[in-house]
Amino acid sequence: MNAPLEKPRENPGPEADTRDAGAHALEVRDLAKAYGDTGVVNGLSFAIPRGTCFGLLGPNGAGKTTTLRMCLGLIEPDAGSIRLLDHAVPTDARTARARVGVVPQQDNIDPDFTVEENLLVYARYFGMTGKQARERIPYLLDFANLESKRDARIQTLSGGMKRRLTLARALVNDPDLVFLDEPTTGLDPQARHLIWERLRRLMNAGKTLLLTTHFMDEAERLCDTLAIIDHGRKIAEGSPRELIAEHIEPEVVEIYGDGAVAWMQSLGDRATQLANRIEQSGETVFAYTRDPALLMEDLGHRHDLRYMHRPANLEDVFIKLTGRELRD
Amino acid sequence: MHYDTSFPAFSTRFIPVWRRNFLVWKKLAGSSILGNIADPMISLMAFGFGLGSLLPSVGGVPYIQFLAAGTVCMSTMNAATFESLYSAFSRMHVQRTWDGIMNAPVSLEDVVLGELTWAASKAFLSGLAIMIVVWIMGLAGGPQSALVLGVVVLVGVTFSAIGLVVNALAHAYDTFTYYFTLVVTPMAFVSGVFFPVAQLPAWLRAISEFLPLSHAVALARPLLLGQWPQAPLLHIAVLLLYTVVAAYVAIVLTRRRLLS
Repeated sequence: MNAPLEKPRENPGPEADTRDAGAHALEVRDLAKAYGDTGVVNGLSFAIPRGTCFGLLGPNGAGKTTTLRMCLGLIEPDAGSIRLLDHAVPTDARTARARVGVVPQQDNIDPDFTVEENLLVYARYFGMTGKQARERIPYLLDFANLESKRDARIQTLSGGMKRRLTLARALVNDPDLVFLDEPTTGLDPQARHLIWERLRRLMNAGKTLLLTTHFMDEAERLCDTLAIIDHGRKIAEGSPRELIAEHIEPEVVEIYGDGAVAWMQSLGDRATQLANRIEQSGETVFAYTRDPALLMEDLGHRHDLRYMHRPANLEDVFIKLTGRELRD
Repeated sequence: MHYDTSFPAFSTRFIPVWRRNFLVWKKLAGSSILGNIADPMISLMAFGFGLGSLLPSVGGVPYIQFLAAGTVCMSTMNAATFESLYSAFSRMHVQRTWDGIMNAPVSLEDVVLGELTWAASKAFLSGLAIMIVVWIMGLAGGPQSALVLGVVVLVGVTFSAIGLVVNALAHAYDTFTYYFTLVVTPMAFVSGVFFPVAQLPAWLRAISEFLPLSHAVALARPLLLGQWPQAPLLHIAVLLLYTVVAAYVAIVLTRRRLLS
């Protein structure tokens, strides 16, 4: 495997310092949390301007969920400061949470209740009266496309419906900021598209979103800004386009199938002429390049190889920055 | 391991937690009430009349009258324990209902307090049902028997708090079998539920004096028979002490479990 020709950019540092407090829905500075000797979050800083969607991307175990839980005041950080909707967290977390909605990674809808009862009971946790809740519920059911399921038991709902109910539940208090921890994991494409459409509606309504996800297409679609974190550190931050422009060659050719690896090994010195960077993952060879003409011509003579030429995407950036090894 | 031992800050947000459980209970009230009441009632009748017919008076009264106060206390204890173990564990660990609640502006203290008051409420219902049977059957001795309901409240709160400590430590439902087999059931036998504590060997009697159920029975039995307990303040103080300490420990342990 060839080493990348470019060095990853150094940690951009706590830019949050220079930003105006009231303009941000959430500001996190130098956040740290360790369990025993293992640092899960190691000096993480970011700030989310109001009305934008911010993505927190990282491999399993990168510290995403721990960060979210610290931001909600559910875990006390070892160091650092958090301001959530202008309240200090964890000190004032309960007050701040009154204006926040949460879609957790694991559905925890109440299985003992119907769809409507779930919303009603959850509204009471925010101090809403039954009357206030009943006024809000029709809007929530409409938003989640669950009007016909108002009296349905939870066991009868599909995975997508449960997820939509969880989203509706998170909006019961008309929050300013919504935390979404892997909101579409395990959903089929139709269900994902519906969730995305609803999240865009929330953004149009001026809500701020904090999203964690493994799906790069999801992040690319929804996020204004995203931070890639690994081992509890931020390793890159920017808009999806900026990240792609900054960290990766604009074009990618994937070569796969039987002869791909042998072809790569046969390149020798020519490799640097054909592509800026060539990587192997299993039986697939990834060639990252600014100008694919020579490479495509070369491959044109090889009818035994299968290949695909495409623009670079966020997943390429993610893999470049966090590596190809499995994270279990 | 880090323990957050700060003093619990309760708020009225425990009420919606209580109401959540009440709403679920309302939907299944029929079978729940039947289970809570039929079981202790059958054993009161069976032991009281069946065994009672073989016994001379116990503690100066027919055995079923003696047994009545013990049954009230024991089934209140069992109801509180069951709810704060199995049911609370389902909500905390299996369904993750507590996690959902704590994403709203409800603190862990309020969740625990909501569960404690709920388990005590269900326990009260159990104790009340048996007292109604006791009154209908004419087993109660005088107006003091109404005060047994006060004891029922105390017993419910005490054992709910203790149950929530066990809940915070449990790995799976199996843990609760140990607690029932090694703690709850033996306690009933040495706390004067079925026979006077005086029948116990001295060393067991000494242990018995520290058990919350003994103090509950020592309060409830004379009241049910229309008499006044000998040291009511001591018994009440012991039960309150158990409640306060157990509730605090339950909160500290649950914080460690869910918030770290």
